[in-house]
Amino acid sequence: MNGAGGAAVATDAVRVVVNGRPRTLERMPERSLLQALRTELDLMGTKYGCGEGQCGACTVLMDGKAVHACQVSVKEVGGHDIVTVEGLARGDELNPAQQAFAELGAFQCGFCTPGMVVGTTALLQRTPSPSEAEVREALEGHLCRCCGYTKVLRAVQRASEISRERARRSA
Amino acid sequence: MAGTSSRKSGSAGTPTPSSTETDLVKEAEATRASAGYHLIGKRTPLIDAALKVTGRAEYTDDIKRPGMLVGRLLKSVHPHARIRSIDVEEARRHPGVAAVLTGDRYPTPFGVLPMTHDETALAVGRVRFLGEHVAAVAAVDEETCERAFELIHVEYEPLPVYDDPKVSREPVPVKIHDRALRDTNLQKEVFQHFGDVPKALEGASQKVKLSGKYLGVSHGFTEPHCTIAEHTPDGRLTVWSATQVPHYLHRSLSEVLGMPMHRIRVVKPEVGGGFGGKSDPFPHEIACAALAIETGRPVKVLFDREDVFYLNHGRHPTQNDVTVGVDADGKFLAMDIDALIDGGAWSSFGVVTTYYNGVLAMGPYRFDNFRYHGARAYTNHPPSGAMRAHGGTNMRYTVESVVDEIAARMSFDPIELRLQNFLPPNFKTINEFRITSNSVRQCILAARDRSGWEEKYRKLPYGRGIGVACGFYISGSNSPIHFTPVFPQCTVHLKADMDAGVTIHCGAADIGQGSKTVLAQVVAEVLGIRMDRCRVAAVDSDTAPVDLGSYSSRVTFMMGNAAKAAAENLKVPLLQAASELLEVPPDRLEASEERIHVKERPSQGVPFHEALHKAMETKGALVASGAYSTKPLGGTFKGAKAGTAPAYSFSAYVAQVDVDPETGFVHVENVWAAFDCGRPLNPLAVEGQIEGSIHMGLGQLLSEGLSYRGARLMNPSLLDYKILTPMQMPKVECLLVGEDDPEGPFGAKEAGEGPLVAALPAVGNAIYDAIGVRLMDLPITPDKVLRALEEQRKKGGAVKPPAPTRPSKRTPTHGGR
Repeated sequence: MNGAGGAAVATDAVRVVVNGRPRTLERMPERSLLQALRTELDLMGTKYGCGEGQCGACTVLMDGKAVHACQVSVKEVGGHDIVTVEGLARGDELNPAQQAFAELGAFQCGFCTPGMVVGTTALLQRTPSPSEAEVREALEGHLCRCCGYTKVLRAVQRASEISRERARRSA
Repeated sequence: MAGTSSRKSGSAGTPTPSSTETDLVKEAEATRASAGYHLIGKRTPLIDAALKVTGRAEYTDDIKRPGMLVGRLLKSVHPHARIRSIDVEEARRHPGVAAVLTGDRYPTPFGVLPMTHDETALAVGRVRFLGEHVAAVAAVDEETCERAFELIHVEYEPLPVYDDPKVSREPVPVKIHDRALRDTNLQKEVFQHFGDVPKALEGASQKVKLSGKYLGVSHGFTEPHCTIAEHTPDGRLTVWSATQVPHYLHRSLSEVLGMPMHRIRVVKPEVGGGFGGKSDPFPHEIACAALAIETGRPVKVLFDREDVFYLNHGRHPTQNDVTVGVDADGKFLAMDIDALIDGGAWSSFGVVTTYYNGVLAMGPYRFDNFRYHGARAYTNHPPSGAMRAHGGTNMRYTVESVVDEIAARMSFDPIELRLQNFLPPNFKTINEFRITSNSVRQCILAARDRSGWEEKYRKLPYGRGIGVACGFYISGSNSPIHFTPVFPQCTVHLKADMDAGVTIHCGAADIGQGSKTVLAQVVAEVLGIRMDRCRVAAVDSDTAPVDLGSYSSRVTFMMGNAAKAAAENLKVPLLQAASELLEVPPDRLEASEERIHVKERPSQGVPFHEALHKAMETKGALVASGAYSTKPLGGTFKGAKAGTAPAYSFSAYVAQVDVDPETGFVHVENVWAAFDCGRPLNPLAVEGQIEGSIHMGLGQLLSEGLSYRGARLMNPSLLDYKILTPMQMPKVECLLVGEDDPEGPFGAKEAGEGPLVAALPAVGNAIYDAIGVRLMDLPITPDKVLRALEEQRKKGGAVKPPAPTRPSKRTPTHGGR
């Protein structure tokens, strides 16, 4: 089952905050958060890659922590705060992870990229200046078939710098 | 145990070139910079970066059409069976089901190669692999499709199952396809012989034969296959699909559905990786279109990951034997190859695969005697197909292992042995490949110098090792798959309108490799404008001229040349208009920095948009076209065109590994990847191709493999099919040392597939240096390492191989050519 379609089974509504806005997920409480984001809320940035929590293309933040949206059911997210890739930029300003990935070419096909930048955002919130080993470990749940992670590892370090630069500027 | 205590050092670091060596990489960069291009050769972030990092890039599954139905495909539960009957009446009547189709509705066979059409949109009368599609359902949602599957009654009559290509090449009671050769299940067989191999081998002072065994490999692209089709009341069919080759899909839809091509529109949205796995026209794409025609509503077919594994089309499971004979001085005399490849149930690109497993084996070395026997067998495995460095990967591992073994047995440094045997530039090989630019010497010397080879080879402690291997690959297939009617390989259209933007229409598919960015770079370079004036239109067959596809590493070379020609044609009226405004003859003008100005006096000029508007006064929007066609190449013998290319890429990789003799775990620490892609048009993207290729190659080498029990695929999931994570990725240093190619756009050659091939044997040879065992059965999982070490101990102890005793010529970085 891969979430291409929308079932019309109305049951208990689930209230959740997505990208700062209160939303109600009315359909398919048995389905995954990934399917609900894509089919009910039209948030297409979160990708289906494997449906078994292996590829990381569906990574979102749940209360600030990176989770695989394909492994979380709609009924588990009631009352929680979800941030998807669409919720990272502030207006036209990309968040540091997005800016670093774009600048350094840390992507090719881009299909894993939303999950990667969300995962990077979660890492930097937790560990603002990670070592390379910490980055490798934090991104272990993300598969990229195009770029061999080399530029990703650099982009995460660059994102960390951008965060510090921005903090200095706004201080 | 010897050496285990030395394993602690962990990161090997990146040695800097010794100060006495000339730095070939910096030299190549300086030479390229002297050409003075403003965009070509600059590290250029991909033009779709902002869309991709914000999740706004639109892939096929992100498209919604009004009233869209869900299409699903029922998979066969038998690997080989006759379909006695399919009863779909109950499924058709089920509420929410809009259509159920079976194979008899569109039985016309198709396939990617015109001479081997052996696939159908849905199985017709027989299934040939477990997972082949036997029925298609369109319904309001997935659950209804699943329920409909339960109501479809298929009666199968099992047939003998062929799961071993060795059986398939013998006489068989049941042929998988009628077109199989003779009374066997062979799909294709190739024999080639140049010179006199038996005689040359007889006279050789050393002969080395190794046999390699390779499991099948999945492309592992992150975006599963997805197609949307819509048939509208004006009689037109629109198909959006995750495809590398919109044009092949266009043709196949027309052939199978019996609809003229001009009524079909194929759109390629963003594609989430392909690597060859989206280059065939696929049955599900045609079945999706058939459902749309049947229902009159848009239909989306999205694969789940398991479906992707069952459709497969990945790298062929292969067994090959390579024998090389050399004279007493280490000169290569003859190569003899036998390859048996498992094609699975369909032909796909198999004719090409069968040739490539042999014809690409010699390069980058010179041989005067060569013999090849290759066979591709039909089996009841999911079909094999084209995958990155198609036909050039498994054979390259065996060849480079043989070369390493010759060096070990004859006590040569393997770099010196290779240096003695490289093809020169501007040379015709024994199988009549035309070699033009060739910087393989610079590659191996740069990799040697940067890796600290001389301080490490045979000198690292037991368990740690360093290895070298070379690569060679086509920069675009010289012969297109479809050669009638005759077309250019690629055509590019440009339109410049009053908004002073340039729209680029091209049928070449950007599947992440960055070809849209190359298009914009090339056009903006020629017109002397900023890249943001260039808009690359998505591939849409209604507007994009025909391109023969993103495969065989052809896009930069062929599309780049077409784009350059188109931009030069667009520049003609611009220069003419500027000439009128400036009252200076056009041949004294040039375009740069957003202006058209007098060559020797840049202050005298007009802005780009003023010249454009002047040119538009009588013509309206400027349009221009450019095309690239390959010249005739290759000999006249059977199969002579296979492997001919307008240019070839070359490479030399050095890898350093740390093998744990206790656990058998191989940790790849560093790869120094020297690559000759001519002039890199976008070094950032070239590096990405090299780094990604190494990731993919090391996956096949160390952990990836499609594992079968009989004909049943045992690991159709990313849980069990192990792609390398960031934890296992080595440090990679890319060394771009190529010289300009005489025919490539701005001197460029391919960098999409060639970068993969040297990665595997460089690591395999490094493992040999580390622990003295040669592992020829891929993937090299820890259990195989341990078993090999155990056998080695029984024979007398775990030791590193001896250091070379032949006096090394220590070929200087310069000279010796």
